[in-house]
This record gives sequence, C-alpha cells and structure tokens, in this order.
Amino acid sequence: MAILVIAEHDNESLKPASLNTVTAAKEIEGEIEVLVAGKDCQNVADKAARIAGITKVIVADDACYEYQLAESVAPLVADIGKNYSHILAAATTTGKNILPRVAALLDVAQISDIVEVLSSDTFVRPIYAGNAMATVQSSDLIKVITVRTTAFSEAEATGNGIIEPTSFTVQQDSSIFVSEQLSKSERPELTSASIIVSGGRGMQNGENFILLEKVADKLGAAIGASRAAVDAGFVPNDYQVGQTGKIVAPDLYIAVGISGAIQHLAGMKDSKVIVAINKDEEAPIFQVADYGLVANLFDALPELEQAL
Amino acid sequence: MKILVGVKRVVDANIKVRVKSDNSGIDLANAKMAINPFCEIAVEEAIRLKEAGIEDEIIAVSIGPGNCQEQIRTALALGADRGILVESEEHIEPLSVAKIFKSIVDKEQIDLVILGKLSIDTDNNQVGQMLAALCGYPQGTFACNVELKDGKIEVSREIDGGEQTVLLDLPAIVTTDLRLNEPRYASLPNIMKAKNKPIDHVTPADLGVAINSGLKTLSIAPPAQRTAGIKVKSVAELVDKLRTEAKII
Repeated sequence: MAILVIAEHDNESLKPASLNTVTAAKEIEGEIEVLVAGKDCQNVADKAARIAGITKVIVADDACYEYQLAESVAPLVADIGKNYSHILAAATTTGKNILPRVAALLDVAQISDIVEVLSSDTFVRPIYAGNAMATVQSSDLIKVITVRTTAFSEAEATGNGIIEPTSFTVQQDSSIFVSEQLSKSERPELTSASIIVSGGRGMQNGENFILLEKVADKLGAAIGASRAAVDAGFVPNDYQVGQTGKIVAPDLYIAVGISGAIQHLAGMKDSKVIVAINKDEEAPIFQVADYGLVANLFDALPELEQAL
Repeated sequence: MKILVGVKRVVDANIKVRVKSDNSGIDLANAKMAINPFCEIAVEEAIRLKEAGIEDEIIAVSIGPGNCQEQIRTALALGADRGILVESEEHIEPLSVAKIFKSIVDKEQIDLVILGKLSIDTDNNQVGQMLAALCGYPQGTFACNVELKDGKIEVSREIDGGEQTVLLDLPAIVTTDLRLNEPRYASLPNIMKAKNKPIDHVTPADLGVAINSGLKTLSIAPPAQRTAGIKVKSVAELVDKLRTEAKII
C-alpha cells in the first residue's frame, strides 16, 4: 500500500514543508503519492509532480478547497486516504488543523509531530515540550501522522510523477472563511530560514526590534521572538518561536535578550549553532548556547551590525 | 446556551520534567500538578461569555484518576457551574478522549465546546479536531479571538503566516491559543463557594466508550542533550568564532 502526503501550499506555490514531509515518507516503505487540495492550484500540482521519489499527484481543484478549511479538506483526505497505509502532513497550523479530523473520520489514532521513523509502524515524537522523546508503535491499519519538518531534509525537485485529477467535492457551509491577515515580509520564512535572529523581553519594546532587523539584514536572516516579547506586544504572534509557536532548526540561531524558558528552548534547541546575547550571565539560554556573550544588547547589536 | 470546557490535569508548566531511569515514563512523583494552561484559557473564555450574558451554564469536564477533581474544583472556583469527572486510571489516547467528550456533548445538548489546543504533557493537539469530526461540527482551532454573532460564532485563528477568521455555525468546537485571553485568579470566597458546586462522577463505560488505542508507547527517553559551549568576551570575538570556527557566516 502506498503513502499519501498532503501538500502544504497557498494555491500558488508549494511550501517547502511538503518537501520535508516527503522525505519523512521516504523512510517508510511504499510508493509515495501527493494530494493537492485547493482552488486554481495547477501550478502547485506541477511543482509537486517534480518532487523526487513520488509517483503520482492527485489534484482536487475546486472552490470548496480554496481556503483549505478542515471541514472541507478532511472528508476528502479521509475518502482518498482509506486506500493508503499512511497519511502524512507537515505539522504546520494547516496540517495540525486538518489531520486529527481525518484520523477521527477514519477511526484511527494520530501520531503527532514525528521526528524520526524507526520502521513503518514505529516512530519517535517529542513530548513534554521536547523534554522527553516517546517511541510509539501503531497497530492501526492506516497510520495518520504529522511530521516535524525541521527533523527531515527537503526532498529534491528531480522527480517526474503523473498528475491525476479527482472530482470529489465537499459541500458544507457550517464553516465559512471570513478573512485572512498575513504578515508581509521581505525576509525568509521563519520555519525555513537558515539564520534566525530572535528577540525577547530584553528588547524592551517593539521599536527596538529595528536593532535586530539591521543585523538580520546583514545576515539575510529571519526574525523571531520569544513568547514574552509577543505577549508584551513587541511583535506579531507569528514571530513566536517555542513549544506553542514555531519549531525552528536553522544553521544559526541568535537569541538576543531571551532568558531561555523551557518552552522557548523547545522551539529552537535543534538549531545547529546557537548564539546567546544576554546581560544576565545566569540566564538558562547560556546552557544551550554554543557561543554566549554576556553583554548589554543595546551595545552589542549595533556593534554586531558593524562587524558583519 | 450550554458550554462545555475541558480541564486536563498536567504537571505544572514551570517544572522541568525528568525521564525515569528505566525509560518507562516521566517521573511525576510529588510533582506539582495544575490545570493545563490552555484549558485554563478555555475556562476563562467560557466565563467571559457567561458574564456577557451569552451563556447560561458552564460544565467543566476532566478525564483521569480521582484527583482530577482538584482541577475541576479550580474551574468551579473560577466560575464554572458544575463538573463532570470521567474517572479512569488508564492512559487514554486522544481519540478515546474525543469519544468521551462526544458522549457528554450529545447527552447534555452542548452548544459550544471550548478546549485547550493542546496539553503540555503529551503535546498532541488532536482532541478538539477529533471531537469536531465525531460530532460533525465545525471547528475553530488555535483561537485568538471569539465573538458570538447572530447565533453563529466568529473565530480568529493563529496560523503560521498570521491570522485567519472563520464564521462557524453552532454547535461548534473551539480550541484556545495562548493569546485568547489572560486567565483570572480564583478569589477566596469563590474557592469556598466552589466546594458546594456539584461534580458528577462517571466512568467511560457509563458513557458507552470502550478505552482502546492503536498506539502503544514502547519507551520514553531523555532527549539528546546540548552541552553549553563557550563564553566569548566581545562582539569581535563572537563574529570571529562564527566565521572561522563554526564557519556559518
């Protein structure tokens, strides 16, 4: 039986998270097929067909999937998915919204946020904000899984799968899309950036984030924040790195004015190199940092910008 | 209008948990337990709806061993009207939890269910979505704003790229994100009053739910530890290390 991967996209472009999910699928035995559900999403389907290692792309292109609401997409995935051994999606807010609904419709468990595939039925996933790793085995006929994208590399774009449309539609009006406010940024996306500069409560206010932005500009980095900085209103919600925000694992993570609460560490401790700049030398962030600098960030950031 | 909130008993969010040395689980002996922070936000939102005159009754439900009563009492002290404790000593996976909730939703004719988006122990983020599927109700997950409008509920959701707003028919399932509200503390008089509020005790079997799961936990191990690196003395040294040692910039 084959593996079904749910593509992450915005009707225009295929998101890198889909590529990480395919890599996770490759570690399970079986042919890999991709489902693209959206509206006017042919470009996405074409891109998906080129992912290395996949054999087929199923495209559900209909107005009912435009906003990928769980109430519309879950019945589609459950219907198509019953012929597969595994259904995988990235553990993004889209995947996390839709996939448990699919699992319940199929009357099977979901395995959330896997970071390792041990065999076709055994997986490793973090629990307690990453303070423990659980190895779980599933005896369900269909394994419904969300994938922590930072734990798997991106599949390459050298494939040549076939594209097959489906006419399955879902008519529902119990959930209606009203609006969307997406942050616009010229910077790389937080979850796929190779360098992240992140600010915490120590930044003192939102205006001071300009100091971080200047450093980020020099490095081509994304900007992140701790929960404390988001709660204080310094930056929008979608900047948050941590257990309940975004999980990131860039090549370089620079934590500035972040004390390092366990919930924040849960979101970034898999970064390759961690730099911490904090004036409190007892801050827990230094326990995970490869390079720690005890300094006033208002002196250190301009200096860093100059030195880069 | 009737509202149901879930309150899960979990280890206090400020405690750094330790894995048992035989990798059989987490050492929770003597650990301070509390309401899951996201459930606390769910309780607070329900109380605000009641204070706004929209809700008539708030039922707080917890599933687990007898001492989960403490978390129900806390919810009652905060403003819930009555509690239901679904008693079980077994570990219950999200799908079974959703089935238990469904049975209560049907029996009590619930109009709105507010649950935490995840619990900070198992980090699953599943029950709300599963309950919505089982009931055939719409779902507003990861909510950062909730407004009742002409018999419907408008939910703003935290999504990866920003925020999305959806309009849902009632009954509906809402799961809370961190910034939906800031939970209040229970006052002493309310804690005293809560002692007289009723808590029903039932079992999963009473609700017609058999506890089973396709999932088996084989082991629970500590994560790979990161060791602290070095302290640099200056920005110049830092940049030099990143260039020549880490070779990352």
